Amino acid sequence: MNPNLKWKVIFIFAVILICLYFILGMPTFPTSYATLKDNFAHQIKLGLDLQGGTHMILQVQVQEAVTQETDQTVDRLTTQMRQKNIHYDEVRRVDDTHIIARNVPSDQFNQFRDLLHDQFESSWTVGSAPGEPNSTLLTLRPTTIAAIEETTMSQTLETIERRINALGLTEPTIQPHGRVGQDNEILVQLPGEGDPAAARRVIQAGGQLQLQLVEDPQTYPSEAAALASKGGILPPGTELVQGSNEGRTPAGQNQGDVWYVLSRTPAVTGRDLRSATESRNTDMPGQWQINFVLSSDAGRNFERFTEANTGRQMAIVLDHKVYSAPTIQGKIGDQGRIDGNFSQESAHELAQILRAGALPASIKYLEERTVGPSLGADSIRHGVQASVLSLVVVMIFMVFYYRLSGVNAVLALILNLIILLAALAMFGAVLTLPGIAGVILTIGMGVDSNVLVFERIREEIRNGKSASAAVEAGFNKAFLTIIDTHVTTVVSAIFLFIFGTGPIRGFAITLTIGLIANIFTAIYVSKTIFQYHLANMDRQAELSI
Amino acid sequence: MIELFKQPNIDWMGKAKYFFALSLLLLIIGWSAIFLKGGIKYGIDFKGGTNVDVVFAQPPDIDKLRAGLRAQGLVNTEIQSIRPLGLSSSTSNEVLIFVEQAGQSDQGLEDQSKAKVLTALAATYGVANPTKPDFNAVTPNALANFLSQKDPLGLSVAAGDKYQTLAKSLLGYRDKVKNGVITNLGDLSQVNGATPAVISALQENYSLAPFAIQGVEIVGPKVGAELRNQAIRVTLYALAGMLVYIAFRFYGGQIGGSTGWAAKGAVGFVLRLMDRIIFGLAAVLAVFHDVLITLGLFKIFGFEISLTVIAALLTLVGYSMNDTIVIFDRIRENNRLLRKEAFAEVVNKSINQTLSRTILTSGLTFLTVLVLFLMGGQVLRAFAFALVVGIVVGTYSSFGIAAPLVVAWNSWRGHGVAAGTGTAAGNKTRG
Repeated sequence: MNPNLKWKVIFIFAVILICLYFILGMPTFPTSYATLKDNFAHQIKLGLDLQGGTHMILQVQVQEAVTQETDQTVDRLTTQMRQKNIHYDEVRRVDDTHIIARNVPSDQFNQFRDLLHDQFESSWTVGSAPGEPNSTLLTLRPTTIAAIEETTMSQTLETIERRINALGLTEPTIQPHGRVGQDNEILVQLPGEGDPAAARRVIQAGGQLQLQLVEDPQTYPSEAAALASKGGILPPGTELVQGSNEGRTPAGQNQGDVWYVLSRTPAVTGRDLRSATESRNTDMPGQWQINFVLSSDAGRNFERFTEANTGRQMAIVLDHKVYSAPTIQGKIGDQGRIDGNFSQESAHELAQILRAGALPASIKYLEERTVGPSLGADSIRHGVQASVLSLVVVMIFMVFYYRLSGVNAVLALILNLIILLAALAMFGAVLTLPGIAGVILTIGMGVDSNVLVFERIREEIRNGKSASAAVEAGFNKAFLTIIDTHVTTVVSAIFLFIFGTGPIRGFAITLTIGLIANIFTAIYVSKTIFQYHLANMDRQAELSI
Repeated sequence: MIELFKQPNIDWMGKAKYFFALSLLLLIIGWSAIFLKGGIKYGIDFKGGTNVDVVFAQPPDIDKLRAGLRAQGLVNTEIQSIRPLGLSSSTSNEVLIFVEQAGQSDQGLEDQSKAKVLTALAATYGVANPTKPDFNAVTPNALANFLSQKDPLGLSVAAGDKYQTLAKSLLGYRDKVKNGVITNLGDLSQVNGATPAVISALQENYSLAPFAIQGVEIVGPKVGAELRNQAIRVTLYALAGMLVYIAFRFYGGQIGGSTGWAAKGAVGFVLRLMDRIIFGLAAVLAVFHDVLITLGLFKIFGFEISLTVIAALLTLVGYSMNDTIVIFDRIRENNRLLRKEAFAEVVNKSINQTLSRTILTSGLTFLTVLVLFLMGGQVLRAFAFALVVGIVVGTYSSFGIAAPLVVAWNSWRGHGVAAGTGTAAGNKTRG
């Protein structure tokens, strides 16, 4: 045999072996049919639409974190100005990213400028407010906004991951979704038959703990009543937070919602927690409470804070809801507790959420899809049956129509599918329903490449060429057409991959892999088989095509 | 050698006007259906809302179901029977309940509709004994826990993961053999390892609702609109990418070079550019025509456009483009060889030469998707329909639309009309 041809054959067999290894040989080397099956199930991962499971897309409201940063800056700025005795009429947040400071006296303006320059200009640009000569406008820098959004996203992702993992489900996927830096979406996939409701409850719980000083000992029955008592405008640096009387009345009767006026700046946030555990409530039998311990830094701050505010009320706010507002009896160190009408389960869940950390911003559900196990099994059964049947029909026809050359085409098709599966296994891509569409288009184009070549070879034979010359010319002439059709489709598949999401991406991936494999099988492998056959047959014999 | 055609000699370009008329007719029929009957029918992916897929033990009474939903305050619902091809809706056990999203609320996804549908189902069809959990809704973990606690096989410490395996096979029987709904717990005795003791333990502690939830989809309204825009954008990008590639590959393949009438200035520039990229333009227009016709047929046959259908439409785009390129490649090649012939004649020859291949490939691919359409089950039906239609229309458009467009453009420009006049453009062709 021609040595060149021998190497080609060896190369093709090497490719087949490597592909089979990726599909069936991992993770444990197969010694029995059972491990072979397990390996296949492990390597070829099915999408949730085929396997059954729950798929959720959440959106992180990163804007909230930006607003919070602006609020905190207002507080920091006013505190600093008070300390430095700089006068002002008003410092307030205009919108999410702007702060306005009005009427700083001109003799103190340089001092004010210096303060801004020293402490705020790394995150804020300072300018004059349009139309207000005596005001200064601070604008949050775009780079800072991007940084805040990015941290918020990554913190949320980590938090959700910790919470989901605490549920102990099998192989959950939690990953960013959509356009980076724009969509702020998270994809959560829970394969199999877990309880999506529990997962959802755990994800949705904000777990945002804040201890805030109560600025007004009075509580109000409604938002409007609270505003009315303040003359329509809340004092600067305060906010209205809803709470319920429940759990504070000795008789346990529900007195309905009340509104508290609280300081905007929290003394302690969930991030300052070192641990959280549930225990029986010592004051109220049958109820549970959550005990928390602060980190050492936060503990020291909290000690100073409670000392300075002894005798005032402090609200324990969880997810923007006041749970209780006890009076500070004296200096408190690093421990505290949350009272509420908790059962053991709800206390346990809340403690777990507090331990996993708060979400830095709230979460909105965009999409939820649950595919039941029988529906998934149904899709896969029908999909596989149909694909196999049609593949068999195509193969029978090819052999019938092209005789021995048809066998060549069938081998190329099978190898194409093997490479496709191996590539899916190698990249850890999942096979979805649209992915199967990609496979079908691949099979179609694979058949097409073979037909193109074979028809050309037939034409050359009709024109009187010898078998080997006809094969050579047939492949040469069909080559450019095959490249053109494949490149065009790959170009569009790449666009689909870049700009599409979810199902469209799954389609693009299988299609691209399948087409690249097809160029290899329909041209290189198929031609090698022809050459091998020609080398072994009588020079004068007719080609079976 | 088995051959489909021996040297076909059909005047395709002579029939171009009939092809254009046929396409126009199909477009008008499909799109007047779309415009007159409330637009394209979007699936939940693109319109938002809640879909609950329920399978019943008996074909459900749709009116009773609707009344039950209304009792829960669900007014804007659509109930659709899911059935195998050929079965009438009254014999179908499976329904899809769609609930419209309540307004454009910014509260994110409210799963109230899902909860309400579940309540309505329970109230209408009910569980025989509400104190016992429903076996048709139990999860493998819950069942395994129950079995380990009850220990009907008396294995105690030796149980290991035997009960996990048993729970899996019991539910496997429920989901795969019985399609998700069991009507009699006694049926489970067919499962390997389900001894009478196991069955009686199940019978004592579980009840059976006459339905089971197969799947739930909740899509927020914002996402729906976003996905819709994205699908359109992505399709257009893919088409543009193809246009650029084909225009590049066939660039300068204009027919007859300078013999066409020339215009000066901007108009002339555009016309000359069109001469050069007409192959790419015609291919993209033909594919676009395929998508439009398929969308029209979707409306007429009452299928919904979902994300999966978009994948099918993209498959058809790829397929149709493939077909067109094969013919164009042959035209380019023949244009070099047959310098003396009129361009329309060259195109005819090219189509005839590739006819065997076209019929073979399309026929086989058509067969593939037809099997998928007939056997693929309801999940794949709309998807397979798009492919069945797409392959027929895509194959037709390569010789019926794409090639005639190139010929029509060149004859309008006066290129390569009469035999022997054109200095063939082949020498300018690349590739």
